[in-house]
Amino acid sequence: MRREVPLTIVFVCGAFMAFQYFVPHYVSAAVYQYALNWTIIIGIFTLAVGIGSLIHVHYDRISRRKSTWLYSIVTLAGLSFMAVLGILSPNALTDSQGLFMKMYFYVLSPVQATMFALLAFFIASAAYRAFRAKTVLATLLLLSAVIVMLGRVPIGDMISGWLPEGLRISDVARYILDYPNTAAKRAR
Amino acid sequence: MTSGGIWFRLANLDRRWVYLVIGIVTFLPIIFYIGVPVSITPEVQAVYRKIDSLSPGTVIMVPMEFGPSTMAELEPMARAVLRHCFSRDLKIISTALQIEGVILMEKVLRESAAEYGGKYGEDYVFLGYKPYPDIVILNMGENFRKPFPRDYYGNNLDDLPMMNGVANYSNTACIVNINSTSGVDYWINYANGRYGADLALGVTAVIATDYYAFLQSNQIFGLMGGLKGAAEYERLIGRRKDIANRSMTSVSVAHLFIILFIVVGNFAYFINRGKGRA
Repeated sequence: MRREVPLTIVFVCGAFMAFQYFVPHYVSAAVYQYALNWTIIIGIFTLAVGIGSLIHVHYDRISRRKSTWLYSIVTLAGLSFMAVLGILSPNALTDSQGLFMKMYFYVLSPVQATMFALLAFFIASAAYRAFRAKTVLATLLLLSAVIVMLGRVPIGDMISGWLPEGLRISDVARYILDYPNTAAKRAR
Repeated sequence: MTSGGIWFRLANLDRRWVYLVIGIVTFLPIIFYIGVPVSITPEVQAVYRKIDSLSPGTVIMVPMEFGPSTMAELEPMARAVLRHCFSRDLKIISTALQIEGVILMEKVLRESAAEYGGKYGEDYVFLGYKPYPDIVILNMGENFRKPFPRDYYGNNLDDLPMMNGVANYSNTACIVNINSTSGVDYWINYANGRYGADLALGVTAVIATDYYAFLQSNQIFGLMGGLKGAAEYERLIGRRKDIANRSMTSVSVAHLFIILFIVVGNFAYFINRGKGRA
C-alpha cells in the first residue's frame, strides 16, 4: 500500500491534467489554476525534504566514519556557513562587496568552473585509451565523432575549404547532425 | 629498441603526458592569439534575424539557467544576445531558474544593460530565482506575477514601468532561453508546447545535438550550441574580438589534438595487437 496509494494519486492527477488540457470550459481552467497554486506550495516542502535528506546522509557518514567522512564534514560545513551567511546578511544577493558575494565569486565559482574544465583532460585521456575501432559499428561511430568534432569548429572549414560546397567537413557534420542524429534522437 | 617498442610505449603512455599536451595546446592559443574564420550556421542566424526584426520597445524574454561550471560556454552567448537586445532597444524580462548561477546571471544582465545605458524597470527586469523550474515555467504562462509577485530586488512587479500590460508569454515577442540544464525540456514542453511561445535555445555543445529534432519540427526557431554558437552570434553583432571568438583557436586546436590522440591510440593498439599475434 505504501507504493500503490502514492502511485494511484500521481496517476489520477496526471491523467486529469492531461484531460484538462483539451477541455476549454471555465471550470477546467479554474481547476488548472488551483492545481498550479498547490504545486508551488508542495514544491517548497520538497525543498525542505531535499535539504533534510542531504544532512541525514552526510551525518550518517560522519557518525559511522565511512571512507569519505571528512568530505562530508566539508559538505555540511559549507552548507551551514553559506546558509547562515545568506540569512544573516540583509543584502546578501545585492551587495557586491559583501562576504556572501565574495565567497560566491572567489570560491564557489572558480571551483565549479575548474571541476568542469578538468573534463577536457579526462575526455582526451579516455579518448586516447578507450576509443578503439574494434568493430564496424565502433569505426562508424569513431568516424562520425571525428567529422562532427572537426566540423563544429573553424578548423574543419580551414582544412576542407578547398572542397566544393556540400562536401566540406562542416557540411558533412551538419548532415550527420540533421539526419542520422535527429533520427536517433526521435527514436529515443 | 625496435619500432614495435615505440608503439608499445605509446599504447601504455602515462595519461599525464596527455594532460600536459592538452593543457599546452589549449593555453598557448590564448596567449598567442591567432584569429580563425567562424562560419555562421542557419540556426544561429535565425535567432539573430528574429531579434533584429523586432521593433524598439518590444518585450522579449531571455531566461538564463547556467552556473559557473558552464559559464565558459554560455556567458559569452548570453552577453552577445543581451547586447543585441539592448542595442535594438528591446525590453528584456529575465529569470534565473538555476540556483547556482543566479548571482552570475544578475551580474551579466546588469553589466550588459550598463553598456547601453539600460535602466532597471524601464529597459529590463530581472525576476530572479524560484525553485522547481517546471512549476515556475507553467505559472509564468498564466501570469509572471504568480511565481514572481516581486522581482529579484524585492520590487512589486506592478510598480515597474516595463511590466505594465505584460502579463505572460503572450505579451512577449519570443523567448531566447540560454540553458545548461535539462530544464530546456520544460521550456519546450510548457512555454512552447502549452502556451505557444516562440522559443529559441542557447545550450552547451554537449546537449545541442539533442535539440536539432526540435529545430526541424519548428518547435524552436533557432539553436545556438556551445562556444561556437556564441562566437557566431558575436560575429553577427559585429564583435569579432570578444571572448568566444578569441577562444575558437584554442577549441579548434584542442579538438585537433584529441583526434590526433585517437588516431595514434588506434595505430598503437592495432600494431601491438598484430605483433601479439606474431
